[in-house]
Parts: sequence; C-alpha cells; structure tokens
Amino acid sequence: MAVTTASNTPLVTPVDEGHARRGGRRRPISVARIVLHVVLIVGSVLMALPFLWMIFSAFKPLSEIFLQPPRLLPSEWQPSNFVDAVTGVPFAAGLWNSFYIAALVTILSLLTCAMAAYAFARIRFRGREPLFLVFLATMMIPAQMTIIPLYIIMGQLGWVDTHLSLLVPPILFNAFGVFLLRQYVRNIPVELEEAAAIDGASRARIFVTIILPLLRTPMAALGIFIFLAQWNNFFHPLIFLNTQEYFTLPLLVNQFKGQYSSDWTSLMAAATLAAAPLLIVFIIAQRHIVEGIALQGSKS
Amino acid sequence: MTATVSTTPPPVKTDPAPPAPRRRKGYDNLQALGFLAPQLVGLIVFMVGPLVFAIVLSLSNWSGFGNRSWAGFDNFAYVLTDPDIRQSAINTIWFTVLQVPPMMISAFLIALMMQNAGKLKSFYRTFYFAPVVTSSVAVAAIWLWLFNPDISPLNSVLNSVGITAPDWLQDPSYIIPAFAIVSIWQGLGYQIVMFMAGLQSISPTMYEAADIDGASEVQKMFRITLPMISPTILFLSITSIISSFQIFDYIYVFLDTNAPQAGRTIVYEIVQIAFTEFNFGVASAVAVCLFVSLLVLTGLQLAAQRRWVHYTE
Repeated sequence: MAVTTASNTPLVTPVDEGHARRGGRRRPISVARIVLHVVLIVGSVLMALPFLWMIFSAFKPLSEIFLQPPRLLPSEWQPSNFVDAVTGVPFAAGLWNSFYIAALVTILSLLTCAMAAYAFARIRFRGREPLFLVFLATMMIPAQMTIIPLYIIMGQLGWVDTHLSLLVPPILFNAFGVFLLRQYVRNIPVELEEAAAIDGASRARIFVTIILPLLRTPMAALGIFIFLAQWNNFFHPLIFLNTQEYFTLPLLVNQFKGQYSSDWTSLMAAATLAAAPLLIVFIIAQRHIVEGIALQGSKS
Repeated sequence: MTATVSTTPPPVKTDPAPPAPRRRKGYDNLQALGFLAPQLVGLIVFMVGPLVFAIVLSLSNWSGFGNRSWAGFDNFAYVLTDPDIRQSAINTIWFTVLQVPPMMISAFLIALMMQNAGKLKSFYRTFYFAPVVTSSVAVAAIWLWLFNPDISPLNSVLNSVGITAPDWLQDPSYIIPAFAIVSIWQGLGYQIVMFMAGLQSISPTMYEAADIDGASEVQKMFRITLPMISPTILFLSITSIISSFQIFDYIYVFLDTNAPQAGRTIVYEIVQIAFTEFNFGVASAVAVCLFVSLLVLTGLQLAAQRRWVHYTE
C-alpha cells in the first residue's frame, strides 16, 4: 500500500522506503482502543464520584456519615435532609435572587455589549481605536483590583446590601462581551446595512432590525457564559450583601455550612439543590453550552 | 447565522473608498456616543475610576471612615516586608505551580483521547464538563467532606491501601495541594473543551501528508499537533495563571476567616485586610502588587510567544 502511494506522489522522498511496516500500525488496534476507553471511563468516574457522593449523602441519616468503610448509598433514605436545607436558610428567596439577578444581567448586558460592539465595528468616530484599546486593556485587570473602590462607591451610592450592587456594574461594563461581539459585527457584510440606509433607515433601526438578529448565535453563547458566571458568583455577593434575605444561592450554601457545621448530610442536600438547576440545564443543552464556551476561547 | 450570511453571493469589493454613505464627522460622533453610552458610563464608573481610586488608596492610610491621610510608599514597604503577606504570596505561587501545569497536561491528554473516542465523545464530555457549570461553593462543600479526615471516603481509600491520609485542610504541607486538587477537578473540563476545539481545527490533510512522508506518531505530535494548537496553549496558560493567582472561593468556604497562614493566598489576604481589618491602604497596595505581577507574567508569556506559538494566518 505504501508502495503505490510512493509511486504516484511527489511528496515522498527516498528516505521513506521502509514504510511498509507502517501498514500494520494503520489497522485499528483494539488493545489501544480498549486502553483509551478504560482511561476515559476511569476519569469520568473520578469526575462523577464527588457528585454522586453529594447526592447520595444528601439522603443519608446523620448517623451514617461515620461508617467505616464509608458507603456510597444510604442504607436508609432520608429525604428530610432537604427539608432541613430549605428551611434552615431562606432557600426559595435565594433561588429567586440568584435567578433574577443572573437573568437580568444576562439580558441587559447582552444589549449594552451589542450596542457598543456595533459602534466600534461600524461607526467612525473620533478616538475609536484608543477607546477600544482601553476596553481591551481592562480585561487584564483582576476583579480584586477594583473591589475595594467599588465597595466604597457602592457605599456612596447607597447600594451596599442591595441587589443594585450586583446588577448595575456587570450590566454597564463587560469588556469581553464588547470585544467578542465586535468580532462578529465586523463579519456581517456591510452591504446589508447599506441597502437599509438607502431606504432611509436610521442607525438605531439598522441595529435593531439587521444587526441584532444576525448576532443571535454569538449572543446566545455569550449569554450562557454571562449567566453561568453570575449564577455561580460568590465573590461580589460576599462583599456587597449582609442581609440574609438578599443572599444568592452560593452565599446561602456557605452560610448554611457555617450555621449547621456538623450537619453534613443537610449541607449536602443544600449543595445538591444549589447545583441541580444548572446541572440539569447542562445535561439537556450540553452541546450548545460546550460549543458556546469553546467559542469564547477561539475568538480571544 | 453564519450560514445565512454565507449563502448570499460574496460581495465583490471594487470600490476602495468606504462604501457607507458618508455622514458629517460630528454626526457620527454623536451616533457613536448614543450606542456607546451605557458601556462608557460603566467603563468610567466601575473600571477606570475604581482603578485610579485603588492606586490612590494604595498610597493612603484609610479605614473607610474618617480622614484619609497620605502614606507615600509606606503601604508598599509594609506589603513587601511583612512575613505573613510574603507567605501568602509564596502559597499563591505554589498553588499555581501545583495546579496549572498538571491541569493543562492532563486536559491535553484527555482531549487527545476524546478526539479518538468516536461516538462516546459527548458522553464522556458530560462527566468532565459537569463540574465547570457547578458553583465553586457547592464544589467546595462537597470537598469539605472529602477532605475531613473523620468522615472522608477519600482518606478511607488511601488508608486501606496503606497510605497514611493527611488532615488535608489543617496540615500545612497538604492545604495548598488540597486546593490544587479541587480546582483541577473543577477546571479540567473547560480546558479539555478548549483543547478539543483546537485539535478539531487542525486539517486532517496535514496528518495525511505526514503519513505519506512516513512520520512517526511522536513526530506528528511534535511537528504538527503541538505547533498547530500552540495558540490554544498560550491562551490557556495566560488565562489559567491569571485565575490561579486569584484563588479565593474554595479557601473561604473551607476555612471562613480562620485559614491558617499556610493556607492563605493573596486574594484571601486582600479580602481579610480590607473587610475584616478595614485597612484599605494596605489591602489596595497588595491588590496593586497582584495586578503588576499578573501584568509582568502575562507580558513575559506574550513576549516569549514568538519563539513557540505558531499562527496559521
């Protein structure tokens, strides 16, 4: 087989003679494939075990946690741990807070990002390039760098211990989102807008009727990214919020841990409840979420 | 969306002049301002303003109440000489060393294997990626159990095979490795997905050409695969070093405000100094030092990329 290839392709140099040997390696080697799957399965089990431990432990009676050797499955299922978790802290409120903050930030920041992206990609204005560089440069700045001044500013605005401190900054500023969407706006053929402009459409109209619909795919990907980051955000709520009824889920789980430090099984129930919504969404929409996340990297 | 666009015939660009109907300069400035306004306000109020303010604070004495006084470089002198802060910096670097290289190497190897896993690829991906969508607090809650020597199934397994399992979160030599284990467990899936996207973009014809030339698997790895995904490697190495320098959530959930010195990292230090000691000056000085270190580290990586990163375009 290697011989025939060698005879009709100029790519092959004389050094390549001994290649008949390779023919043997070409056939799918079943041992290698088995090893590959075994390694991947072992890895998958290692990834899944902590989750399984969490879920099954959430159903265990407290007395079972000291069992030696430990057992994954509860000998007696005790769903009341979930009741303890939900009643120990204002869980329903936390779920709602987490959801509405993440959803509102996602929708509104997508809009402001798309607007800014459109301006950077399509409108000529004084100082466009330097301003865009400033946006890019801020992506380098870690959140901890600005957290103290941000806390002071929130204090001045009277927003400490309100949800405004968690809503307004990410809605009004997301350099990565602006950068990502700008790349996509630049790829939209400008002729589409020209036609509309000749028909007398304003910039705002062009943006709403032409640009936004064409940005659906990247906006969905970016939206998933923003929602995940907001839903799981621990740092900012921890700094800005004090009142329990305003807490988001991550804060509540952390607080539950502090208040009921020896109640391990209920803590696992709380963690399960906090992790479940996104895990379920992830399992249903896995392909979209993973592709969306991968897209971020490819554009950066 | 891209599909719809590409079905329209490719526009033929004959006119080199900007084709959009020219508007007067002032008009465009105003229009741009309209579109940019929200993000511009955010940039100034929530980023540039706080950044300048942070630098001012790092040169001041202030507790958040009362008067602010000028401190010159005293805060920086304190930060650079304080043994506790130095220990926290060393802990952070140790964490990065333990976390970033093992995670990148294992993510790359797993991504390679997943590429060859055929139909089961997305099945495996579910498992590896699930921790990525889970909140770090829930993850830390699980591992708090797994790291507790009294009840940890992990320790029972280790003990049963004859390894004396440590008290992960109390033993000074295991506390940082413990953080590295959790964060690798949680971050691996993201890197696998990134590597898989990079591997997918390599044209199979390159491997076919290499096969014809009789390249060995090792040669293909070092001459094709690694150079072709080097932009992904650079991206992941820059972003994962930045995020490993910012490790905080796990420590706070594990140990609240009582982390032993061996388990304190730089961001933990910033939060403690700022929000429990209310020493905004010193905390800001630590933050400035963190930022400068990250700038230098990222700059070095970008400067070195010419030597090893391969761009197709």
